[in-house]
Amino acid sequence: MKEELIVSGRMNPGIDPYLHIWHWQIPLYLFLGGLAAGILFFTALYYILGKEKELPTAVKWANFIAPAALVIGLFALFLDLKHKLFFWQLYTTIRLSSPMSWGAWTLMLITPLAFIWSASYLRELVPKWDWKLKILYDFEALVIKYRKPLAWAIIFLSIILGIYTGILLSAFNARPLWNTSLLGPLFLTSGLSTGAAVIMWMSKDHAERALFSKIDLILITAELFFIIHLFMGFLASTQVQINAAELFLGGEFTVTFWVFVIILGLVFPGILEILELRGYKVPVAVPAILILFGGLMFRFIMVEAGQITRYLY
Amino acid sequence: MRYAMAIDTKKCVGCGDCVVACQTENNVPIGYCRDWVVENVAGTYPQLEVEIRSERCNHCENSPCVRCCPTGASHIVEGGVVLVEHNKCIGCGACIESCPYDARYSHPDGYVDKCTFCLHRVQKGQDPACVSVCPTNCMYFGDLDNPNSDVSKMLATRKYKVLAPEAGTNPQIYYLT
Ligand code: SF4
Ligand code: SF4
Repeated sequence: MKEELIVSGRMNPGIDPYLHIWHWQIPLYLFLGGLAAGILFFTALYYILGKEKELPTAVKWANFIAPAALVIGLFALFLDLKHKLFFWQLYTTIRLSSPMSWGAWTLMLITPLAFIWSASYLRELVPKWDWKLKILYDFEALVIKYRKPLAWAIIFLSIILGIYTGILLSAFNARPLWNTSLLGPLFLTSGLSTGAAVIMWMSKDHAERALFSKIDLILITAELFFIIHLFMGFLASTQVQINAAELFLGGEFTVTFWVFVIILGLVFPGILEILELRGYKVPVAVPAILILFGGLMFRFIMVEAGQITRYLY
Repeated sequence: MRYAMAIDTKKCVGCGDCVVACQTENNVPIGYCRDWVVENVAGTYPQLEVEIRSERCNHCENSPCVRCCPTGASHIVEGGVVLVEHNKCIGCGACIESCPYDARYSHPDGYVDKCTFCLHRVQKGQDPACVSVCPTNCMYFGDLDNPNSDVSKMLATRKYKVLAPEAGTNPQIYYLT
């Protein structure tokens, strides 16, 4: 028997009886950040590859979702802060050892770029749109002229953003569930997959849809691969990480994780996409919504479960 | 200079005076605490072993809370004491997530708060409040770089352990066993 009691009755809110200092805001922020990173990655990639004509949704239209997702995500992060009036302190320093810091800076850079990129396509989307001021027209022309370097900047920042959503958690060695370097690539893959799902959903063009369906399938496979590796790594590690894995292998998160994330969020939409590629009629919205839902659930479960895991002493 | 604390688990009776002393000294809001007492029971009845520990921030030498803080609000000052600068803290909670000892809490005013080793008392040559009130005298505070300090002398003569050394934090609260 081993029993540990806090006999002086500690009941710090958010800390006791178990850690719960991060609520819905952080997983939502991680989801939207990953989604925006995914969309922007494909937008910039296919622009650089010169596929503006063949893949109009990816290059021109889907990117309108990204600035919105980033703004809502940043707002969610802001809601999470408990000393809100001092939030500007984030931008008085760059601390490389803190993922929260360089992530906040990445967002600060990529959000305006996402706005500028989308704005440069606004008049194609809404032909009647009038920028009113000449200076705005000049700016638009400038952006259009320099789209290529802009795309390079976006692709670079979107990868950082996608990885950051995972590293934010993996940097905390106090939470054994998060403390694995696989979380960075896993969250990046998941973010790219949600981005591809949105493009696939929005696309009207059959060839474009098929391409993103295939990309998504590859990403889903990679994600399943990472998840298996994650658990293998945990089970071969220290007691605290074995305990963390057990939360998902018989513990309290088993059903939510396997049903909502693995089956409904990855395997089932994967099967639907294969069927669609084989020529069966599947409404494209169904796999897309399932993937988005799975990605969101994944982040909620990881944040929630990670906070319960801890060192034993 | 390296401030540290040694706590004698063989002498501690778990009265909780250190908790109350800290709350009073540091105006800790009602319902919160910066230090707490843990009772650890191990073994099979009737061979039970009880260890009582007064716990608080370990003022870790390799402090993940300082590393994860995006603004620099969590920082290290003289003697390795880890402090939070209230007006720099945005209340993001990263440091709370990063502490393996759950030593931090979110103050009702928004910023993050925790044990300061009573630096304001130490600078005046006094012991931290918890150390000075302990009725069994089971806590020792001082500078590890000074071989004649209370804490150095205890660590030189007794066996000790730290909490969760595998977390890699190099904690500076030593439990005499
Ligand atoms: S005990 Fe926690 S709060 Fe204190 S220095 Fe170590 S990690 Fe930071
Ligand atoms: S809550 Fe405050 S002290 Fe803690 S990491 Fe955030 S800014 Fe730093």
